[in-house]
Amino acid sequence: MSLYQLSKLLYQLNRDEDLKVQFRSDAKTAAKSYDLTDEERRAVLEPDIGLLYVLGVNGQILMHYAAFCGIEWPDYLQRMRDGVKQHGPVRAGVYAMLSDFQDKVAGV
Amino acid sequence: MFAGVCSHAPGITGRSERADSALREPFYAAFRTMGENLQAARPDAVVIIAAEHFANFFMNNMPAYALGMADSYDGPIEEPDWLRIPRRVVRGNANLSRRMIREVQQTVDVAYAEEWRFDHGIMVPLHFLDPDNKLTIIPANINCQGPPLTPLRRAWAFGEALRRAADVVPERVAVIGTGGISHWPATPDSGMINEAWDRHFLDQWASQDEDGMLSYSDEQTYRDAGQGGFEIRTFIAVAAAARGRGTVHFYAPIPIFAVGCTVATMEIV
Repeated sequence: MSLYQLSKLLYQLNRDEDLKVQFRSDAKTAAKSYDLTDEERRAVLEPDIGLLYVLGVNGQILMHYAAFCGIEWPDYLQRMRDGVKQHGPVRAGVYAMLSDFQDKVAGV
Repeated sequence: MFAGVCSHAPGITGRSERADSALREPFYAAFRTMGENLQAARPDAVVIIAAEHFANFFMNNMPAYALGMADSYDGPIEEPDWLRIPRRVVRGNANLSRRMIREVQQTVDVAYAEEWRFDHGIMVPLHFLDPDNKLTIIPANINCQGPPLTPLRRAWAFGEALRRAADVVPERVAVIGTGGISHWPATPDSGMINEAWDRHFLDQWASQDEDGMLSYSDEQTYRDAGQGGFEIRTFIAVAAAARGRGTVHFYAPIPIFAVGCTVATMEIV
């Protein structure tokens, strides 16, 4: 598991305009220099927001990646719920889900 | 000369239309009034104690405490359309920062940063407190995001150090803390708010109950107030800096904003 590398990729993507351009044109190459497992790489490239959440990516980084991917807020929350349903509980970090799958805590 | 605390969640501006206007408008009004009172106090600089979210500081080299030391900053680092706050250049004062940092360093090993791009943690407060971009800002940061986190007792000491620094410089320095209180931001639990926990913490904050404020373990905070609750460090630092009684001007849970929205000021003693 290389959660640090995975988080670093998204952290740098959030703040680096050049990397954003590169990522939009060829995400696979842009992600190459990060030491990721196959599962992590797939989660980023797809993008599988739910799996990224389950892998332990901090929401303060992940929510910006979701926005970068054009995902609206209610959909972002739903994808994380779906991710836990599909992949099981959050595996690392401090962002474990407490509510039930059907709960819409913020009303969306 | 002026001290206060406020919320900073990105939904406050970015998802404004989704909130109940009966809650939203009084909150915005209290936020703006705080800004008017801050400006009326004629500060030469405002130290904003924030808990930034991996905009500048990351786990490759995470400072527990940092102060900005530049003549200008910019933000938001987020997409302006997402946060609904236009990009702006914010005036700093490197010379004043340097003098304050030297004093803070007497008791706290604070990191300094000559580059700092503000995220929503500072930009949302500025949007309401300084809509015309007139103030001089010195950003301060306490790592509240990437554990291990600095102990609450040290956050108090950071606030005391900032107060000494504000007292030794001739400039008029205000301090604003921004953070939590309880919340589970950017998770499927976004919108969960422990109002009783928040009100108890705010009571302790307003009455300068130092022992009470510093009694929480991170495990307790995580359990009862979520990972967003770690940001009480910013409120604690303001209490240590101001030393007076606090007044909560607005508090209400607004789930779509993901936080118990708070506007409060504190007397300087």
